[in-house]
Amino acid sequence: MTSSDYLFKISDLEVSYGSIAAIKGISLEVKKGEIVTILGSNGAGKTTTMRTISQLLKAKQGSIIFKGHELTKLPAHKVVSLGISHSPEGRRVFNILTVEENLMLGAYTKSKVDLEILNWVYDLFPRLQERKAQLAGTLSGGEQQMLAIGRALMSKPELLLLDEPSLGIAPILVKAIFTQIRKIAETGVTVLLVEQNARAALKLANRGYVLEVGKIVHSGSSEELLSSKRIQEAYLGKQK
Amino acid sequence: MDIFLQQLVNGLTIGSMFALIALGYTMVYGVMKLINFAHGDLVAGSAFVGLFVFSELLGGQISFAVVLGVFALTIILISLLGFTVERLAYRPLRNAPRLSAVVSALGASMVIQNGIMLIWGPQMRIFPELIPTIIWDIGGVVVSLIQVLIMVLSMLLMVGLYFFVEKTKIGTAIRASAIDQDAARLMGINVNNIIVTIFIIGSSLGAVGGLFIGLYYRGITFNMGWQYGLYAFVAAIMGGIGNIPGAMLGGILLGLFNAFIAGYISSTWSDAFTFILLIVILIVRPTGILGERVAEKV
Ligand SMILES: Nc1ncnc2c1ncn2[C@@H]1O[C@H](COP(=O)(O)OP(=O)(O)O)[C@@H](O)[C@H]1O
Ligand SMILES: [Mg+2]
Repeated sequence: MTSSDYLFKISDLEVSYGSIAAIKGISLEVKKGEIVTILGSNGAGKTTTMRTISQLLKAKQGSIIFKGHELTKLPAHKVVSLGISHSPEGRRVFNILTVEENLMLGAYTKSKVDLEILNWVYDLFPRLQERKAQLAGTLSGGEQQMLAIGRALMSKPELLLLDEPSLGIAPILVKAIFTQIRKIAETGVTVLLVEQNARAALKLANRGYVLEVGKIVHSGSSEELLSSKRIQEAYLGKQK
Repeated sequence: MDIFLQQLVNGLTIGSMFALIALGYTMVYGVMKLINFAHGDLVAGSAFVGLFVFSELLGGQISFAVVLGVFALTIILISLLGFTVERLAYRPLRNAPRLSAVVSALGASMVIQNGIMLIWGPQMRIFPELIPTIIWDIGGVVVSLIQVLIMVLSMLLMVGLYFFVEKTKIGTAIRASAIDQDAARLMGINVNNIIVTIFIIGSSLGAVGGLFIGLYYRGITFNMGWQYGLYAFVAAIMGGIGNIPGAMLGGILLGLFNAFIAGYISSTWSDAFTFILLIVILIVRPTGILGERVAEKV
């Protein structure tokens, strides 16, 4: 496979917090149209990886290439206009702004808000439309997650970064949100999904990487990972 | 009743000035979580710069155009100074511990205050009478043209600022940056530019406040920024630091409170009562009158 097949490629990435290494040389690629997941338990370095892609954290080593652009040289606010949107861990919605204001901010880099996209987001998550005048902080956790994803879609991204959309959300809503993520991907948006909820993530994704203390220890198609003994024991809660 | 109405007018006048100055503290705090101690000295600097612009640059002859020129040039110069303070004193410390930024803020305050003293001297200077002293006596209540101008212009500026922050795209970006800077960056907002914008707006409003102080009190001293800055800072805290309508409300209330203490008790007591009021408000509402608008995190 030549490198031009990839929309997005991380090579030998290292990230540290002060003197503590959190990411210790990882490489991964994502092809256009794929849903790729990064699995790993708490503290593995998933969020660090996502924040480094968005340049909220700066890499110590390595490169992150998206459509020929070296992201590590950019300030964080320049990343979204290239076509990468990040729905961060813990949702980080603007709690004292309204739902609609949050969505408008998602289109901040656009000179005009694209009403087609806004309507698409409202179609995907009708509750956002019902609550558009409400302060985001008054939404339930699941609704805030919908808002975070909707907000990320407003910039019309080619690559959508989702950091633990299932975190702290009722199982029924997790299911609903994952269904909508599949719908989003079907429109051609490439998705990089970080999850601790390995089963749900692998059901959705084409491929996955497994991160353990800052290193990728496994990778493969979702079927391969789902049937691997080690993954089953470590992440899918199956007994030997 | 006469005293009441008279002190109402006086209180609204000084309250408008407090409010204009308080906005500078509160907007910077909102986004940077930093008290810009240099802000009061910028206000003082504005009165001196206004004096200088009038007598040295614009020829010292009063006309409508010259008064407009004094306001425009002073606002520009003081915003440049605010911009410079941000660049030199705060930006290099963006990721440093809070305490370093506080020390730097105090340092910037001293540099500006001493700068004013070195340029214009330690003695009191008299601000020019740019606005003619026209006084109306309305049923025993004395109202001057300057008071009317201060109240009306402050109100217009505050309403304008409110709409800018609530209704425009940049205003929404300012509010977003105040809530969560990293999330704002993910939206594509250049938070550094937002901070510069806030410093320029805050300094401009402070510059107007400084000119009003000059016009209203006439006597200006190099260290008066400390006094007015403190009042405005108290107003910002009373209203809820970081909250823009809160600073407006806090300023007006503090002005009225001061005027009534001066009218019914004695002006020598107004400082003491101001701080008692602050303490009472903070006991009853620790986040200030309008506080942080609460939206519980789930
Ligand atoms: N701000 C921080 N300062 C220091 N260490 C951090 C910080 N954030 C995360 N870490 C550490 O980096 C490692 C990876 O964390 P993180 O990327 O949040 O993991 P995950 O998202 O997979 O749970 C952990 O050991 C965590 O303690
Ligand atoms: Mg995480």
